[in-house]
Order: sequence, then C-alpha cells, then structure tokens
Amino acid sequence: MRFLLIVCVLYVHTGCAISHAQSDVHAFTGATLIPVSAKPIVDGVLLVENGRILAVGSQVEVAIPPSAVRHDASGKIIMPGLVCTHNHIGGIGGADRTGPIQPDVRIYDSINARDAGFKRTVAGGITTVNIMPGSGHLLSGQTIYVKLRGGNTIDDLFIRDADGKPTGGIKMANGTNSRRDAPFPGTRAKSASLIRDKYIKAQAYRRKREAAKDDLSKLPPRDIGLEALVEVLEGKRIVHHHTHRHDDIMTVIRLAKEFNFRVVLHHVSEGWKVAKEIADAGVPCSVILVDSPGGKLEARELLLKCPGILEKAGVKVALHTDDWITDGRLFLRMAAMAVRAGMSRAGAIKAVTLAGAEMLDLGDRVGSLDVGKDADFIILSGDPLSVYTKVLETWVEGKKVFDRSYPQDRLYAVGGYGAGNETQPYFCCFDHAEGQ
Amino acid sequence: MITRSIPITVAIFLASLVTTVAHAQVVVRGRTVHTMSGPSISNGVIVITDGKISQVGPANSVTIPAGYRVLDAEVVTPGLIDAHATVGLSGILNYKHDQDQLEHSAPIQPELRAIDAYNTQDELVTWIRSFGVTTVHTGHAPGEAISGQTMIAKTFGNTIGDVTLVESAMIATTLSPSALKKGKPKSPGTRGKLMAILRAKLIKAREYQQKLIKAEADKKPDRDLALETLARVLSREIPLLITADRAQDIASALRLAKEFDIDIVLDSAAEAYLLIDEIKAAGVWVIVHPAMYRAVGHRKNQSFETAATLKHAGIRIALQSGYESYVPKVRVVLFEAAIAAANGLTFDEALASITIDAARLLGVDERIGSIAVGKDGDLALYDGDPFEYTSHCIGTIINGRMVSDKIR
Repeated sequence: MRFLLIVCVLYVHTGCAISHAQSDVHAFTGATLIPVSAKPIVDGVLLVENGRILAVGSQVEVAIPPSAVRHDASGKIIMPGLVCTHNHIGGIGGADRTGPIQPDVRIYDSINARDAGFKRTVAGGITTVNIMPGSGHLLSGQTIYVKLRGGNTIDDLFIRDADGKPTGGIKMANGTNSRRDAPFPGTRAKSASLIRDKYIKAQAYRRKREAAKDDLSKLPPRDIGLEALVEVLEGKRIVHHHTHRHDDIMTVIRLAKEFNFRVVLHHVSEGWKVAKEIADAGVPCSVILVDSPGGKLEARELLLKCPGILEKAGVKVALHTDDWITDGRLFLRMAAMAVRAGMSRAGAIKAVTLAGAEMLDLGDRVGSLDVGKDADFIILSGDPLSVYTKVLETWVEGKKVFDRSYPQDRLYAVGGYGAGNETQPYFCCFDHAEGQ
Repeated sequence: MITRSIPITVAIFLASLVTTVAHAQVVVRGRTVHTMSGPSISNGVIVITDGKISQVGPANSVTIPAGYRVLDAEVVTPGLIDAHATVGLSGILNYKHDQDQLEHSAPIQPELRAIDAYNTQDELVTWIRSFGVTTVHTGHAPGEAISGQTMIAKTFGNTIGDVTLVESAMIATTLSPSALKKGKPKSPGTRGKLMAILRAKLIKAREYQQKLIKAEADKKPDRDLALETLARVLSREIPLLITADRAQDIASALRLAKEFDIDIVLDSAAEAYLLIDEIKAAGVWVIVHPAMYRAVGHRKNQSFETAATLKHAGIRIALQSGYESYVPKVRVVLFEAAIAAANGLTFDEALASITIDAARLLGVDERIGSIAVGKDGDLALYDGDPFEYTSHCIGTIINGRMVSDKIR
C-alpha cells in the first residue's frame, strides 16, 4: 500500500494521472449528444473543464480551444450519466427489528464502498444513486445521495450540501412489507396511525425548538430521530415512499398533504389505476419495472405499461433499479421496456436521468448535459434503448470511472470470475490505465 | 418497420377475436421467417392445417388455400421453448398456497411428479405465452437434493392432459448450497453430505433395479415410487437435471454421472466457463442460467457471456427462465436470450437456444422447435427483431390456434 501511494504521488508530479479531475479542457467530438434538456445534437461537441460542463452544442456553435484534449467519439452517443432514485448497493443495513419507525438510522453509517455493486452500477452508466434502507419498516431511516466517482470510503462518495453534510431523504413504506408482529403494525390503518402519531410528535418537537429560539435552557433534549423528521417537515428532506397498491398510493398522498411533506412515490405498481389522482396531487413517481407481474399480492398488477400511462396523465416519471431487485447494468433496458409498453422515447430517457435528478433535489447539478452542471456523462456504442448497445465509458465530474476496453472494468460489465468480489482499495491517482 | 406493421396486425387481431377456434386453418406470412430448419426465408409463408405445419416456403412457392385465416408479421419464429422453468408450479402470488415447486419434508423425493402440480392456468403461464413461449420444460425447483420430476408442456390448454408433451422428463437435482440445511439436526448440512446421500440413494436404486430384474415374478420387491423413478435414471431412460453453479459443484455433478454411468444435464452452471474441457469431455448439455439472474451468493461470478463461451467451445446449450423465489416471479426466456445475443451469441445461436436446440435437448425435436412440414403449428410473431427491447410479440400460435393476440 505504501508503495502504491508513493507511485501515486509520482504520477501526479509527472502529470500522468490522466483520469484525475482535470484543470484543462476536454473536448468530446463527433458524437450524437442527448442533452435531455434539449433535442439531440448530431455531430456535437461536449466541452468539459474542472469537472463541469463548459459547453454543449454543434460543431458550428462550440469553438474548441486549441489546448483542449480531444476525444473522438464519432458514431457514438453521449448522454448524461444515469440517475437511480432507489438503490440498495453497498451491503447496507438500515433500521433493525426493534420498531417500525426509525428516523434516527442513517444508511450513511452502513455502506461498504468496495461492494462490487458499485462497479456494476457504474458499468451500467449510472453516476448518481440514492442509497436507501429497505421497505420492511414504515420508516427505515435516512437515505444518502451518492456520486459514483470512485472512492475508498463512503465519505469520498456522498453528495454534499452547502455545509458539506451528506444529502439524502427519508425512506418510508406502506402496504405489506412493513406489516408483521408487534411492535410492527398488523393492518394498513394501524400503519397510517403509527406514522401520523410520529409526525405529530415531530411537529411538537419542531414547535418547541422554534419557541426556544436562542435560549438553550428551553431547547428540548436532542432527539436525532425527530431532528430528521423536522427536516422532512421543513421540506429539506424528501420522503421516498415505497408503495404498490392503488389505495396505498392514495394513503401516501393523504399523509403528505396532512403533514405537508415533499414526497416521491416509489415502485407505484398500481399507479396506472390512479394516474389522474397522482397527477392532480402533483406528486412525482419513481417506477420500477420487472419482467413479470406478481411475486406478492400487491405487485400482481405491476405492469410494464405503468410509466407510459403516468406520463400521459402528466405525472413526472422516473425509473429506478432497486438494485439488487434489478441490476444496475440493465437500467437503460428498463427505460427501453417502458417504451416497449407505451412510454415516449424522450420520456423514458428523461426518466433515467433528469427526472430522477429532480426527485433528489439534484436537478441543478446532474441529469442533463447543460453548461455549469457536473460533467457526469456516458459514451454509448449506439441507441440507448437497444439491447445491442454497450456503455463504453462512464465519466463522473470530468473523470473517467469506467472504460469497457479495460479488462478489469469489462469484468464488472459482463461478469465472470472475480466479478462478485469486493473491489480493491481506491488510490487517488492510481487509475485503470496506470494499473495495467 | 415497426410502425408499418402494427396497425395492419392490430386490425387483423381485432377481427380475429370473434373467430378464434381450436385448430383453425391458418396462414402466417412473415417478412422474415426464421425456420430454424434451414436458412431464413424472406417473404415466407407458413400454412398450418389441422394444427400441423403443412407448407412452408417463399411466398411464390406456397399456395395459400382458400378459407384460411391469414396473419402478417414482420418476423416469424418457431414457438419459443423455455428449456427449464418452474412456471405453473411457482404461481404468481408467491404465497404458500400457490407455491408447489419445492417440498421440504425430505431431501430426496424423486417420486414427486410435476403433472400432479402444474397449474395450466396460472397467470404467469399466460404471461410468458404472450411473448411467444409455446412450450416449457417445467417442474420441481432447485433447493433440495432431489426435489422431484419435471415435465414438458405446451403453454395453452385447459387440463394437464391437454398440455402435456412429456409427463416425466428429468429429475431435478441440486448440488449447490440452496440444497443445504441450517441447524443441528437437519441434513444434508454440507456439500460432502449432500453427495453422500445422493450416492447412497442411487446405490439403493441400483440394488432395487437388480432385484426387479433377477427376481421371479412372484418375488418381486414391493413397489417403491422413489426407487423405481431413480431406476429409470440408472437405465438412462431419463437424465438427472443437476443444478450446480460453483465450479466444485459442477465437478461433483460430472463425478456423479461418471460413477453411476447416467445421463445428466447441467443446469444454471454459473462457473461453467472454468470447466470447459471437463464439460466437453463429459458430452453433457448445459442449460445456462438466465443471463439476468442476480449475481449474488454462489452465482456471484456469473457472466452475461457464459452462453457464448460454452457454445463457442463446442458445448451444447439451451437457455431458460429458471427459478425465481421473488421477482420477477417468472422470467421470460426471450428476454434472457436477448441478453445472450447481445453478449456473444449470434442471432441464430441465441434463437436456436430457445427453439430447435432446446427441443433437441428435451428430445421433442420431432414435434417442435423449428418451422417444418409435419411439425406442430407453434409460431411466434414479432413486429421486429425479437431480441430488441422495443420490439413486440404480436401473436402466439399453438397447434394452429391463436393463443395470444396481445401486443407485448
């Protein structure tokens, strides 16, 4: 390890660390660009500098600085890095069996950054994920928004807010997964009742804190769970709510109205039955598609047509892998399956990029190829919605984090002996090219 | 291509809703017909009479008989064959009352017949049929040393008698950690013990078989359903279908086959790429795991490219939907073949692995698996490349009858 660190320093000084965040300009030319926020640009130019997008446009519109490092992407497709709003990679563990509502638990504290799932996910073109605890609780903890920029610990990976703290939401669930023996709820009504009771407590806690103002003697004792729920009540933390059946969906919308929290509906299997109601409530949906209905009663009518129907009703629609339910390497496939069953192509592309970014409050940073946004993009061999297309390269913040032409990266992209193992520790400047 | 063909086909199908009858006389015209019995035919025509294919060839060589219903599609393939599933036993709801694929009361129960459990009308049978799957090799799931028998069935029919091609096809055997028990009194708890109980049972079956042969008519041993089933394996009437993923488990399967001189089919075989020479030398078929299985546990090293690696090494393969304990409760073998086709298999190889090669493996290629005169009138109709994500299956025909007219 010490040897490698020394090597790493040498590379920095000799300027060989090509994949390190660059201060110089990189120009990707010749590809068809899919900015998502605008129409595709044939034979476009993407300029990247200091991990941000400097320019996006046609050969005519964008002047390439003479000093720029050129990357010929002729015949390829370049689109934003994919955003997965619902993900379980990292060998995580959230709330335990002690109770149904555990807002104090942070998934942040459980992530193995060397889990092979990270490598598979980036091989699938995903650059931003919302890592969440599971659905076996009414409220299973705080989620974390993560950039797949490569890193040794989770602290290298999470997306920071203005204060440098981890960004994330709250994971909630209703329906059958969170129903079990006491102290867990046994019915749907009990589930809603327990949640309402907890949010009422959070409201009271918030009032006490506000009343105390700067008087420390009047502050209520710290409660890290209620603190997180106050962030929900203040709109700083989005509720990511697992829900399948049409009536459970309406229950979520009812609770969100009562407590005025911001919510994204996740899975939304029977959303197609209440598409108008969801649209009227203005609630966004992150949908999962799997290859057949069923597996449990509440997913019996989980159908491929759901995203298309929601889209037509005017609902903002994203998709998610729910990795390990589906594999991050197959995320574009899910977009294609949505198109197969009626969603628009543009809507499906947006559903795996910008729409997801917006549902994580990250729409100003990722999800589209726009000037000033993070330089998170993927280079594809062809049509993003074709089974034959391969993700060739994945770039995060101006740094190449996946290259299918490197044997080690290819191993994670297709699988094979060793692909299931933990990845090696990451060294700051010891990248693929140098490692070969 | 797609936009041109859909409206025509939709119109035909809507008209057909009121006229569908069993064994209708049907003509299918395909811009491309993948017969799998010879080269693909451009502008091909297939005539199905009384449930069997009566003519096939280019449009100018086939006379369309009067009074036949005519269907059009961009692409026509033989009805797809899923070489290994549990559909019909592992029902859609995934609750105890519709899960008949695994009986845990004992580790070795070859006497359990699939025909006594297969639900011809489970919604998931309907589901896979709507993507062009017309035949499934289905039955007891991996998860016990010997969990029971498998069968071969068409995906349309009212009762078990209507759908069955082969009542008892293989014996589902598991050589992987999923067959091991946790907890002290339970057995088998280790890989070694798992092999030991399998070998002991096969030895018992051999003794039973020899007694049967040698004994006078009035001294025959009492009937034993388990042993007489295994005797069929020992006499090589039917193979063991051995689910094994890790390399050492695959090696165990080959060892077992050699010791008892029996036929086996390797199932799942995630690490088969490590044992190419051994598998080739044994001459066994491999039904490769679904490409989109989760890469976890004993399958953590699985690869999208295993089907291609084995095929190109000269190993005979077929593809499958496999067994899924959660979601998707059934996989669609067409989709699994598509991933294999995008990861090294040629189009023809991938299609063969879910049609004619699967039929050969299952020993039913005289009846199904290709489009040829005299074979069952089982076809799948698509509006484009069947493997492409955004193509649709626009019709499924079994024994000349339109059994799905959904646009899927």
